[in-house]
Amino acid sequence: MSLLQEVAVGEPDPIRTPRVSGSTLRVVVSKVVRAIITLAFVVVFNFFLFRMLPGDPIGLYTRGRNQDAEQIAQLRRDLNKPLWEQFITYISNPFDPGIDSTRFSRPVWELIGERIWPTILLLGTAIVLASIIGIWLGIRAGWKPGGRFDKVSTGTTLTLYSMPEFWLGMMLLIVFGVGAFGIPGFFPVGGISTPGVDTSSPAGWLNVLWHLVLPCTTLLLIYLADYALVMRASLIDERKQEYLMLARAKGLRDAMVRKKHAVPNALLPTITLIFLSLGFVVTGAITVETVYSWPGLGLLTYEALRGPDIPLLQAVFLVFSIAVVGANLIAELLYIVIDPRVRQ
Amino acid sequence: MTTIAGQRRRLALSRFWTQFRHDRAGMTGLIILGIFILTAILAPILISPDALDVTQAEGDRFDPPSLAYPLGTDESGRSILLLLAWGTRISLTVGLAATIISMVIGTAVGIMAGHFRGVGSHALVGVTDWFLVIPFLPLAIVLATVLGPSTLNLIIVIGITSWAGTARLIRAQTMSIEGRPYIERSRALGAGNWHQMTRHVLPNVFPLVLANTTLTVAIVILSETTLSFLGLGDPLAPSWGAILDRAFSTGAVSQGAWWYVLPPGICVVLVVLAFTLVGRAMERIVDPRGSTA
Repeated sequence: MSLLQEVAVGEPDPIRTPRVSGSTLRVVVSKVVRAIITLAFVVVFNFFLFRMLPGDPIGLYTRGRNQDAEQIAQLRRDLNKPLWEQFITYISNPFDPGIDSTRFSRPVWELIGERIWPTILLLGTAIVLASIIGIWLGIRAGWKPGGRFDKVSTGTTLTLYSMPEFWLGMMLLIVFGVGAFGIPGFFPVGGISTPGVDTSSPAGWLNVLWHLVLPCTTLLLIYLADYALVMRASLIDERKQEYLMLARAKGLRDAMVRKKHAVPNALLPTITLIFLSLGFVVTGAITVETVYSWPGLGLLTYEALRGPDIPLLQAVFLVFSIAVVGANLIAELLYIVIDPRVRQ
Repeated sequence: MTTIAGQRRRLALSRFWTQFRHDRAGMTGLIILGIFILTAILAPILISPDALDVTQAEGDRFDPPSLAYPLGTDESGRSILLLLAWGTRISLTVGLAATIISMVIGTAVGIMAGHFRGVGSHALVGVTDWFLVIPFLPLAIVLATVLGPSTLNLIIVIGITSWAGTARLIRAQTMSIEGRPYIERSRALGAGNWHQMTRHVLPNVFPLVLANTTLTVAIVILSETTLSFLGLGDPLAPSWGAILDRAFSTGAVSQGAWWYVLPPGICVVLVVLAFTLVGRAMERIVDPRGSTA
């Protein structure tokens, strides 16, 4: 599930020991086809899972909601169609399955289109900052493993790694948003902007930025722990390579050996793993957006499951899967580009 | 035959323990775990269920820590310390049960995918890869919504969403063991698939399974906390995640009631960290390749 486990288990990692035959084009095509098959299974799974249950599906679709008789009758008409007909309708356009969100009474694709941008802003900022800081920490810790910096930084990152991200979010919110332990509440307690502020003006951007600080810091701390641990492990691996001994034998200074030889090679797996970590990133987004009422896809997921709003839940699951499978594909293709050994 | 193998295994175990005892991080983790497990076992003896009953709570709403309530009170005046102790029981039970499901599926799928050749093996690898790539939390949310909120369903959902990493690891290990001559020998003597897998492969992958188990428990407990926080567990069973869910939904955050939020999180961090430390120490001993991590 997470990066740490994947690196720590010490199995022959498919990324480190690529076994690729044939031309680059064939490799690319096969990877794209695999990604598409994976997503096809998500769509099929998504469709049948909610229809596998015994009992009246109307109950599941409307549990805990007030719906008028006309809406329920419409829903029943849709659900009474033959299964294959529903399936064709669903796969022809999974984002517009003909059944609206039961919570918002609006088409699901419309909701997703609205909520996707705050999530991209939040996650994008957090991932970029976390990878820069995490890689820097990993380099410093991994170059002298067992040193004082390594002990402090690995201890801290392991602790951060063990935290539920929403708990860190709640604590930061109490201390810096509400105010506790003598610290005045300085940051907004939730939302993406102060109601009434025009977010298209420069002042509005600052306002959004102001709201971004706490949720972004929360995610940043959790993600950087993962990235730092991966970078550290990868650099320690690289230190054992013989070409570093050669570089030293040439008389290069330690800093040069690190900067010009070890780090570029150690970065390779780390950068791909950052892309591979999107599945883990998504988990943080769902809970942290909930804590800060950040109006993105994560909060939408929370709202959908509290219903539960089945059509919306299906759509959100599909969106997250597309994002994660897409990021995985990018990671694999990126590896072909940056590591010439894979192409042979 | 059993005596020789048994002796050899006992010897390996004592060698393992000697090595583990000298691993300071691993021992720290083990001691922390011991304290939590003791709390979980003793909770029903030390605490009467009345302490968790909302109608019999005597404290005030959101009381800060005091002598009577060392960790303060929750929204209905119950002692948070007692809730936490009881929560240890639920969180650890869910964590261990889900891990067992996950390890059994992961080991079975891994050994079969590594042992057999052909279509069946490809299918198993395909399913494993699918579970590896699909984002965990959205999948778990979808499954938990369909099954409905209860502790048992939570265990099932976590179990079936977290086995894939183990399966991949075990498959790789199985394939390397299958290349050894004694497997060929047993095959030549007429051993069937079942005999090969259970008598020769399983004992050899088992140390790795154990080391991986402790790492899996850590992740499973985090998953339990997250899913319970989202309200997908039993609302009446106060696991640490469920306590955080209540704190969040009753407005403890906006009240600044840090004593309601801080302790459950610290418990999660300590337990997850302890399992991770023990798991990594075991891995360093069992699998020399993992020594960098």
